[in-house]
Amino acid sequence: MREVAVIGTGMTKFGELWDSPLRDLYAEAVADCLKDAGVKRDQIQSAWIGCMTSGLFNGQEHLASILTDYAGLSGIAATRVESACASGGAAFRAGWLEVASGASDFVLAGGVEKMNDGADATYCLSTAADQEYEVYHGVTFPGLYAMIAKAHMHKHGTTREDLAAVAVKNHKHGARNPRAQFPTEITMDTVLNAVTVSTPLGLFDCSPVSDGAATVLLAPVEVAEDLGRPYVTVKGSGHATDSIALHDRSDLASIPVVKKAAEKAYAMAGVGPKDIDVVEVHDCFTIAELVCLEELGFFEPGQAAAATKAGTTALGGDLPVNTSGGLKSKGHPVGATGIAQIIEIVEQLTGRAEGRQVEGAKIGLAQNMGGSGGSSTVHILEVS
Amino acid sequence: MLSPRYHREIPQRYRLEAGKCTGCGKIHFPPRSVCKECGGRAFEMEKLPSKGKVLTCTTVEIPPAEFDDQKPYVNAIVELENGVRLTCMVAEAPPDEVDVGTEVELVFRRLRCGREWEVLQYGYKAVVV
Ligand SMILES: [Zn+2]
Repeated sequence: MREVAVIGTGMTKFGELWDSPLRDLYAEAVADCLKDAGVKRDQIQSAWIGCMTSGLFNGQEHLASILTDYAGLSGIAATRVESACASGGAAFRAGWLEVASGASDFVLAGGVEKMNDGADATYCLSTAADQEYEVYHGVTFPGLYAMIAKAHMHKHGTTREDLAAVAVKNHKHGARNPRAQFPTEITMDTVLNAVTVSTPLGLFDCSPVSDGAATVLLAPVEVAEDLGRPYVTVKGSGHATDSIALHDRSDLASIPVVKKAAEKAYAMAGVGPKDIDVVEVHDCFTIAELVCLEELGFFEPGQAAAATKAGTTALGGDLPVNTSGGLKSKGHPVGATGIAQIIEIVEQLTGRAEGRQVEGAKIGLAQNMGGSGGSSTVHILEVS
Repeated sequence: MLSPRYHREIPQRYRLEAGKCTGCGKIHFPPRSVCKECGGRAFEMEKLPSKGKVLTCTTVEIPPAEFDDQKPYVNAIVELENGVRLTCMVAEAPPDEVDVGTEVELVFRRLRCGREWEVLQYGYKAVVV
């Protein structure tokens, strides 16, 4: 397989973008990406687009064709990829495989979701859980992660304050990210006193409903060298699936699919958790950040909370996590999230994360997750 | 919910019918056509026990629209006496009476009314023993 480089990035601001239709969000991200890469649109051979459920949010399927048409790329090969909230990570992996295989030299890997378009977001998102055996019984996504939180608290002694500390930290990071939906710092009291969504999770434990698009441009490393611009290489790609029903998993205080995906990515990259300088994890809910950090091998099970409270995972700590603000502060347009995580890592590794730069970062990891842990991707990127 | 989807699930929702793999003995709820453990394709019907205990739970304060009239309600993952796990509501109990380890029993209840063109939707809920 060929070594693959990320040679350009583009993304919209995340937020409630009522004036922007789905197709324009993607077109904007592509235009920014091509400009960043210095590549002309007629060089693009293929696009992979992560999107969870444009059919439910916007009444639009056949997505890859309409989006590439409006992005000025009509005629290229284009495919929409769906793996719930891990759609972006799955699209990145598909694009990486296409370039690595030698089939194409210039491939866009992107993602988009327009969640604010009048549809019932709770319902649309719930289709990522088991319709007949979870959703039928009144289960919501906050409810599923709340049950993981409850199991984690019972097994490891995790507290309500431990969860809140994740939100406070990520908002502190997001306040330094101009593309974040909620670039504002919050206090522990704000999180603890917010309206309860599903015990023990409150409103500030949950990522928001967001619109946005993000895309990166992939090419072989030799092509990246010829272009003479900063780039990062894809050192490891891991992807795994699991049952989408939470009750079918043996340990409810863990999310095993993340560990499975991480093991594949670490093995391919030839690195371990100790080699990673900066991390983006899928903090769709505060508990998810703690569990994912444990599954990725950064901390022993039950230890991520203490590390968070000690500042280890904050900017300036030993392992800065979610420097973008994470899904919590930056926003979570589900299909775009996996790509936006990659973009944050690329910006960190190329020294472009202005105001939130992790000095000297060489290797970064991005972990994207679908549903309550029915799918996950892990990508490891390195700057030479 | 449209009626074909509803009709198909009646044996497991109304009568707790599971599928026991004749090859390896694994009990699947809901029944499957291919055994997750051994790949076998032959099953016999096995009725689930109704008693079990709560493994984890949450009180849903902000529900989907169809469940708004029942809020707040408790959702739980219950492990039944034969080891099968399922997700359900815990009915008729104040939320603070349901916790990890609470013993429950599955009973037949109406789950939601649905929208006016939809079928009434029934199935199992747990009650505290
Ligand atoms: Zn079997």
